Amino acid sequence: MTTTVTSRARLARFRAPGGFLLGAVLLLGVAPLVLPDFRLSLLAKYLCYAIVAVGVSLAWGRGGLLVLGQGVFFGLGGYAMAMHLKLADATAAGETLPDFMQLYGTSDALPWWWEPFRSPLFALVMTVVLPMAVAAALGFFVFRRRVKGAYFAILSQALAAALAIWLVGQQATTGGTNGLTDIQGFFGYDLNDPVNQRMVYLVIAAALLLVMVLARQLFVSRFGELLVAVRDSEERVRFLGYNPANVKLVAYVVAAGMAGLAGALFVPAVGIISPALIGIVPSIGFVIGAAVGGRASLVGAVLGAVAVAWAQSTLSDAFPAAWTYLQGLLFVVAVGFLPGGLASLATLLRNRRTRPDSSGGAV
Amino acid sequence: MTVILNQSFTGISIGAVLLLIALGLTLTFGQMGVINMAHGEFIMAGAYTTYVLQQSISAAGLSLLVALPLAFLVAGTLGALLEWLLIRRLYTRPLDTLLVTWGFSLMLQQLARDIFGAPNVQTRAPDLLTGHISVGGVTFANSRLFILGLALLCVLGLTLVLRLTPLGRRIRAVVQNRDLAEVSGIASERVDRTTFFIGSGLAGVAGVALTLVGPIGPTMGTNYIVDAFLVVVVGGIGQLKGSVITAFVLGVLQAVLEYSTTISVAKVAVLVAIVAFLQWRPQGLYTLRTRSLA
Repeated sequence: MTTTVTSRARLARFRAPGGFLLGAVLLLGVAPLVLPDFRLSLLAKYLCYAIVAVGVSLAWGRGGLLVLGQGVFFGLGGYAMAMHLKLADATAAGETLPDFMQLYGTSDALPWWWEPFRSPLFALVMTVVLPMAVAAALGFFVFRRRVKGAYFAILSQALAAALAIWLVGQQATTGGTNGLTDIQGFFGYDLNDPVNQRMVYLVIAAALLLVMVLARQLFVSRFGELLVAVRDSEERVRFLGYNPANVKLVAYVVAAGMAGLAGALFVPAVGIISPALIGIVPSIGFVIGAAVGGRASLVGAVLGAVAVAWAQSTLSDAFPAAWTYLQGLLFVVAVGFLPGGLASLATLLRNRRTRPDSSGGAV
Repeated sequence: MTVILNQSFTGISIGAVLLLIALGLTLTFGQMGVINMAHGEFIMAGAYTTYVLQQSISAAGLSLLVALPLAFLVAGTLGALLEWLLIRRLYTRPLDTLLVTWGFSLMLQQLARDIFGAPNVQTRAPDLLTGHISVGGVTFANSRLFILGLALLCVLGLTLVLRLTPLGRRIRAVVQNRDLAEVSGIASERVDRTTFFIGSGLAGVAGVALTLVGPIGPTMGTNYIVDAFLVVVVGGIGQLKGSVITAFVLGVLQAVLEYSTTISVAKVAVLVAIVAFLQWRPQGLYTLRTRSLA
């Protein structure tokens, strides 16, 4: 008996690095070899959603913060990247202004807030720093005054709606409803070349793996323990002498940074960023993937996000009406009846087999 | 001066629409703590009820009058169904109700698309409501006055029900202390369902009113839902007067900002104002004082 326990414990120690290695081999080795170019670029897009889901898993799954406005941070990262790429495209074509500004713009000067995005370094830093700064500003004011639960969810959702509406209104400087489209180059590489698309995929896959390692380290750190404690009983954490507002703020800001990174990588992979990709509906979509897979489980959230995005793009073309019903039903069943997501199914079944009376309260 | 009066009337009519759509939420979100994202789809159900009635009752005024109670019943029944099917299992997990009801709202939207088609449909407004009255250079659109009147009537009706009827007494008792209400012999689950029926029914009434000012389509609800929730958040949980004041203040603020800037900047500015306000009053304008820590 003791030997099996110790061997099992020894195995468990290798489970996370082993799983990581397996994921890395699948994403970086197997997928580019077996998938045709078209499928690979779709997978690149799904992996961007998965990066957002990692942040959602941190903030919502572990921290209990229902982040319904991740589209804002995804969009800020995406627009920061797209602005630089549009400017680079224009420079390469010998123009002074991006193409859409020549169409709609009233003045021929570049708006002042576009100017710094000429620098690739500035743009790259901004894709992550800008979302984190916005999240920090909102989070600081909201958490400090103990605005929580549904109030926080609605405020973050309103932020997504407000940004989308604002972008639509600024036709001349942000491309309005169309967004920033038709992006040709990525730091000097032509995105129409399949080889470069493959490179973009590899960058995204590597970023996802990196973000997952970061999130896992946070999960198992003291901070991660504290975050779960704040989720489960904020008052007790406060009585212990910690400030829950700071804990929540860090989780929210890190999640925002991940969403910004995902948005920035989404742009070269798909070639467009627009208000339709960041409003209320896509923002809820980011959460749903994590909910279906298992909000508190890192792997569950990632797989859930990829699976939902895959189902969305395959089924919605073939059966648009049936897919919407299925999607609605999926949300209802996954959130209502399986709050731990698909990731908790395995635990539930295992617990049922060994201890019939415990109901495996994974959340 | 005329400009100011005109703008404040615009603001008040925006506020009336906000109030009408938020009124049901003050019951379901404010009193029961359920974040019902399908509230917007109950508004849609009310609007389509008006549309269907106009297919069989050609007199626009009569069909509008019939539509009001009928939309209340249709949307209320949908709401009670949702409560019975899903929400009653989720009272301990309020945040999850948001996502579950979002799923439900997706299905309702698709149902509307399958029945009525994806494009927006038109209803005819009664002649009485298409004109406008001018008083001293200030123009009052009749349809806006009608919505204002309807919103105030609904507030009055809801207040009377909550204050004076046995049902209202039971609702308030369950909100204030569920356990104590239960040991006093109140069937709290039945009260929950009735509260949800009334709250959803009010969304249906709002839907009828919205046919006068906006398009009717499968996704019309999503345009209103966030604003409506913001009204309840700022107004404070469990108090009707908070939502009434907030709706009109936000409406006027929106109108003033839209006049001096653009619609999109106004939306962002209103949100910033709301976050700033919550710094001062994190629980909203009015709150029920309880001793619970949560």
